[in-house]
Amino acid sequence: MKTLWAYLLKYEFYNCLIFVFFCLIFINLKLYNKLSCIDKCHAFHLLKKQYYMAIINLKINGKDYPVDVDPQMPLLWAIRDFVGLKGTKYGCGIAQCGACTVHLNGQPVRSCSLPVVAVANKNITTIEGLSEDNSHPVQKAWIEEQVPQCGYCQSGQIMAAAALLSKNASPTEADIDAAMQGHICRCGTYPRIKRAIQKASETKPSKE
Amino acid sequence: MKVDNISRRKFLKLSGLTGVALTLGYYLPADAKEAELITAIDAENRGIELNSWIYIDVSGKVTLYSHRAEMGQGVYQSIPQIIAEELHVDLDKVNIVFAPGDNVKYGNQITGGSSSIRGSYKNLLNLSATARVMLIKAASNKWGALESDCYAEDGSVFHKLSGKKLHYGELVLDASKLNIPKNVILKKTSEYKLIRKPLQRQDTPLKINGTAVFGIDKVIPGMLYAMVERNPRLRGKVKSFDDSETRKIPGVKQVFVVRMGVFNTFREGVAVVADSVWAAMKGKKALKVDWDDTGFEHLSTDDIYRRMDEALQKEEGLSFLSQGDPNSIIQSAEKKIDVVYTTPYQSHSCMEPLNCIAHYQKDKVEIWGPIQAPEWVQDYISKELGIAREKVIVNMTFLGGGFGRKAFMDYPHEATMISKEIGAPVQVIWSREDDVTQGPYRPGVSYRCQGVVSDNEISAFKVSIAGQNNNHWRGGAKDVANRSSTEGFLKPYLDNIKNLSIVDIPFETPIPTMWWRSVYASTNGFAYESFMDELAVESGKDPIAFRRTYLKDERSRNLLDKLEEVSGWKNKSKGYGVAITECFGSTVGQIVKVSKNIENQLQIDQVWAVIDCGWYVNPDIIKAQVEGSIVMALGAATIHEITFKEGKTVQNNFNNYKMPRISDIPPIEVHIMENDSDAGGVGEPGLPPFAPALTNAIFDLTGKRIRKLPFELTKV
Repeated sequence: MKTLWAYLLKYEFYNCLIFVFFCLIFINLKLYNKLSCIDKCHAFHLLKKQYYMAIINLKINGKDYPVDVDPQMPLLWAIRDFVGLKGTKYGCGIAQCGACTVHLNGQPVRSCSLPVVAVANKNITTIEGLSEDNSHPVQKAWIEEQVPQCGYCQSGQIMAAAALLSKNASPTEADIDAAMQGHICRCGTYPRIKRAIQKASETKPSKE
Repeated sequence: MKVDNISRRKFLKLSGLTGVALTLGYYLPADAKEAELITAIDAENRGIELNSWIYIDVSGKVTLYSHRAEMGQGVYQSIPQIIAEELHVDLDKVNIVFAPGDNVKYGNQITGGSSSIRGSYKNLLNLSATARVMLIKAASNKWGALESDCYAEDGSVFHKLSGKKLHYGELVLDASKLNIPKNVILKKTSEYKLIRKPLQRQDTPLKINGTAVFGIDKVIPGMLYAMVERNPRLRGKVKSFDDSETRKIPGVKQVFVVRMGVFNTFREGVAVVADSVWAAMKGKKALKVDWDDTGFEHLSTDDIYRRMDEALQKEEGLSFLSQGDPNSIIQSAEKKIDVVYTTPYQSHSCMEPLNCIAHYQKDKVEIWGPIQAPEWVQDYISKELGIAREKVIVNMTFLGGGFGRKAFMDYPHEATMISKEIGAPVQVIWSREDDVTQGPYRPGVSYRCQGVVSDNEISAFKVSIAGQNNNHWRGGAKDVANRSSTEGFLKPYLDNIKNLSIVDIPFETPIPTMWWRSVYASTNGFAYESFMDELAVESGKDPIAFRRTYLKDERSRNLLDKLEEVSGWKNKSKGYGVAITECFGSTVGQIVKVSKNIENQLQIDQVWAVIDCGWYVNPDIIKAQVEGSIVMALGAATIHEITFKEGKTVQNNFNNYKMPRISDIPPIEVHIMENDSDAGGVGEPGLPPFAPALTNAIFDLTGKRIRKLPFELTKV
């Protein structure tokens, strides 16, 4: 309970206000009786959910997805099983392999180790939101260099590469190593990943 | 491109029997030498299950129903490339659909042994060329023209003289009524327009935007999720469990003991079924289980290797191959090499952890998952649950890595048992910890190598092997030597070393083992090719020149020439090592160059690989497979191993079963030998030569011989 409060206070200040508001309403029954039936239902629902579950709004690829889940659920499982976007992968669950990487306000993060309550209303981009038509420079380079083999880790690799290039348009080999070091590819596509990032960085200036 | 699963029967109902298409397939019963070409309708009438078949509809679209799983090795690209070449259509006109097996007559459907292409390419070429000839014949009949005046191109048949043209779709009806011609002439290698070209893989677009559906991504309506708490000791039963905390977790539906077959043994676990993966994960964590592992020896890695060493020094073993009299030469020799090489247990650790969806419905089970061996799954579940074989339907998805682990029945069996218990479809997901701690593993193997060199040549060569035999887990006879005792070792060596003995010393532990990428060659290759290098050093000859004494056949000689040429071997400085191994019909030679950096730490400067896989399809896919094999071998040689302590696996996730990272990878250059010999495997043969080429290079630079894997590069 203590950690839940900590999260609520840190990330869900607005929801906390609502929570306190409804608590007050419940105490003052006169006020409560003035509420319509639907409002009462909402009040009950919200109150219940604040204790056990929460309706958390996820902003993914520019769309709102209110999800009714355990606030501690890692973002990964909310994205996969509640939003239904399966491109973000489970690899290790302990932020060691990078398969679950998404962008949070443009930064690459490990969604397997990020409680969903911590990212409510923040801008999340998944592999599905990188482009409409495989036209992101990184995706294009991935095709040109024929990077994927089994393909399972590639969503995470691509998200990390895209984040790197958005900050650093012409990374050195050391920059690439540093940015991609947290990503495991068991098929061993690393040489091609490196080439593809270099290619994407070369093509970038002409694109923008 | 369509990725779908369809049974042939369902497919025929949908299309073939309505007579609007040309369907042609090949049928290769397990005991036959040559495949028979047959239309799908005839196959249906005769009750024959086709191995693969193509389907050309009235729009001219070509669909190949393939029996191979795609787990990264590029079958999605290679097979359509073969079809399009002989059928004379654009590559993008060829769709590929997985055809799950549903009959005992079906041919080998297991994606393993690097066999996808080498097992089927001749039949696929013939199938496509025959369909093309039938379409040409149909057109010539229509026009009243000579067949020789007609030709096929870009999915149409043309009449040379009049310039008339009919596309395949307009001809399929007539063509389907023709007799199937025999002995159609295939193109020469020099005439290929698609084969041998580095064409882009068709599955790449799906794998860069998250739309490729792996097993873990599949969703079935009404599906629940399950995770299983497993015995950390690899064997045994559940004594009791306390699920009071688990049941408090919102979303947890049921908790019960589930039994899963692992080869001929069974293992129990406690399944937590929930309405989301996360709830099942949390529920699993909250479980308290008391395990009963009576009869399971609490071994540690040190015990295993000590016993191997004792066996190697004392036991006679089972002779695998013996020629001449190496034993007496070794005994009487003044100077001999007598060394032991050691290789570790390894986990497959595919990036996609094991997972499987099963829907048990009394007399029928439907399965969806990343599965390398649908046939085995069908057999096993049919037998275990007493369900008719054709009622076990196995649907294949993309595999997020396989490496042999997904050619196994345990995880689909477990999913089926859970679905049976709850009466609903369920997806069972293994946590990464389950995946790493539960095996089965590649067996660690030790090799005692004894040899004598005289007059710059090998006068005696003896290798004794002590390691677990995967076949024993499948009920294989224990009184015969492992039939793969020389897997990885080049056959010309066996032919040309006069006094040679290979001995397998049976070695058992209760740890379940199985095939891992390149199987025995992955460990044998290290021992044989390191030993060959030690013998070369002893002889005072250059390691490649020394090997030439024994590798006299043309293909081996060409491969050695190529290795020398691409690596600049003849002008080499210190720090070069070579190794050559054979695996699943292909030979790969590698040269590694190492040096010390300014901090006096060892680094790998460059790897050159030359693969001779005979007839091949797509050079870029071959290069990718060899690159990937080298990366996997680098991990197994210098970064990770599975160890045991008191019967438990020590490593449990990527924080302690570490993987090679992008900065660990040296430049890799891959070359392909050009010849028309029978196609060999591509997915695995690149792995075995890397470790010995690396340690041979380290010896060349430092004089230090590494005989135990893995070792830390920075500590050399």
